[in-house]
Amino acid sequence: MKHVDEYRAAETVASLADAIARATTQPWIIMEICGGQTHAIMRYGLDQILPKEITLIHGPGCPVCVTPDAYIDKALEIAATPGVIFCSFGDMLRVPGSQGDLLGVKARGGDVRIVYSPLDAVEIARSNPSREVVFFAIGFETTAPANAMAAYTAKREGLCNFSLLVSQVLVPPAMEALLSAPDTRVQGFLAAGHVCTVMGTEAYGPIAMRFDLPIVVTGFEPVDILAGVLACVRALEEGLHDVLNMYGRTVKSQGNAAARALIDEVFEVTEREWRGLGVLPASGLALRSTYAAFDAEARFGPARDIRAAPSPCISGEILRGVCSPLECAAFGASCTPDHPLGVTMVSSEGACAAYYRYRDPTDEVGVVFVHE
Amino acid sequence: MCLAIPGCILSTTGDDFSRSARVDFGGVIREVNLAFTPEAHIGDYILVHVGIAIATIDEEEAARVLAALASLNELAAESS
Ligand code: SF4
Repeated sequence: MKHVDEYRAAETVASLADAIARATTQPWIIMEICGGQTHAIMRYGLDQILPKEITLIHGPGCPVCVTPDAYIDKALEIAATPGVIFCSFGDMLRVPGSQGDLLGVKARGGDVRIVYSPLDAVEIARSNPSREVVFFAIGFETTAPANAMAAYTAKREGLCNFSLLVSQVLVPPAMEALLSAPDTRVQGFLAAGHVCTVMGTEAYGPIAMRFDLPIVVTGFEPVDILAGVLACVRALEEGLHDVLNMYGRTVKSQGNAAARALIDEVFEVTEREWRGLGVLPASGLALRSTYAAFDAEARFGPARDIRAAPSPCISGEILRGVCSPLECAAFGASCTPDHPLGVTMVSSEGACAAYYRYRDPTDEVGVVFVHE
Repeated sequence: MCLAIPGCILSTTGDDFSRSARVDFGGVIREVNLAFTPEAHIGDYILVHVGIAIATIDEEEAARVLAALASLNELAAESS
């Protein structure tokens, strides 16, 4: 497949690893923001072909993982309401709230449906006019255009039986929060390529300047990620705090103008709670008042925090990059993908799931390339 | 979750917000909304996330980067 295979070429992977080794003279800690990149790094064993001076730590870039308990619980409540068809991306179904998960609601007879696109949920609303159809609109900037289009389409068509439970977050404020924490270890960032495809790169210049570190926009294939690491290491070695775009085939500095315009038409910036990071100002999107009629929280009541029972799960620390999954006592013991205790084990992009799937904790050397 | 994959446009239909395409993802054909990529036409590669194209892949930029990577490969071959 064009635009995929060339970025998985073993020869290029090897020469990039070589170039990184030659560029590195001292230890550096680089965080990849995006869970999709965490997954690729583990799957291809990219961390293990880097020089030992380079440590990759994993960021909060998994929308499933950062969605706070209050919204999971609200989703459970709405999904259990008679007459409702609750639509969600598949990853959300096993995320534990304080009273079980969406899969449990489905098992008890709730009409919970997995959709591939928010537009599929709109279609379900069209074909079920007598039912309330609610879509769980989670995601980063990457998913915001699709969620915005669902709301826009519903409004244009006057689909009164459709609403969105919105837990939509924005990445740059989370990067600032991570860097502002006293225990931060991050010296350079790999920024999330598809977030930047939508929003562009303009938001990152001020962050790079203020915190004096390089931010490198990267894609998701092994070659993309290693090219990003190489650019980041070179910038770190030279003491530069630039924003570099290594994913120019899809990322332009202004992002996607048409998508940004629709996001702006439907959503406004608001404070949001992130699991692990707490409430961050201006870190998310909410429906504008002109779209209030399509807000599931207006229809079914606001999401509220119910204090969950104490848990051994340290996913909050993992999402901030201060702990590795291997530091969690439950990892691989009481917590596995079949019996997840926390979000970072549920989502395939969570760091715990990626470590469990691709890394044997007893194997010091590990596997360099894992093939499916 | 932010997964987006490239595919090649086979045909297009509709306009504005309803503009869509049949897209080939390495042999798997799916319908994709093109509302955000008005510049994309038949034969172009687009980047698709949850059923919606979020970018048209810039072939020139891709070729530029691949050329730079090829010279890195040559360098590695020479030094080994
Ligand atoms: S291994 Fe399980 S319990 Fe431990 S941090 Fe990860 S998700 Fe939470």
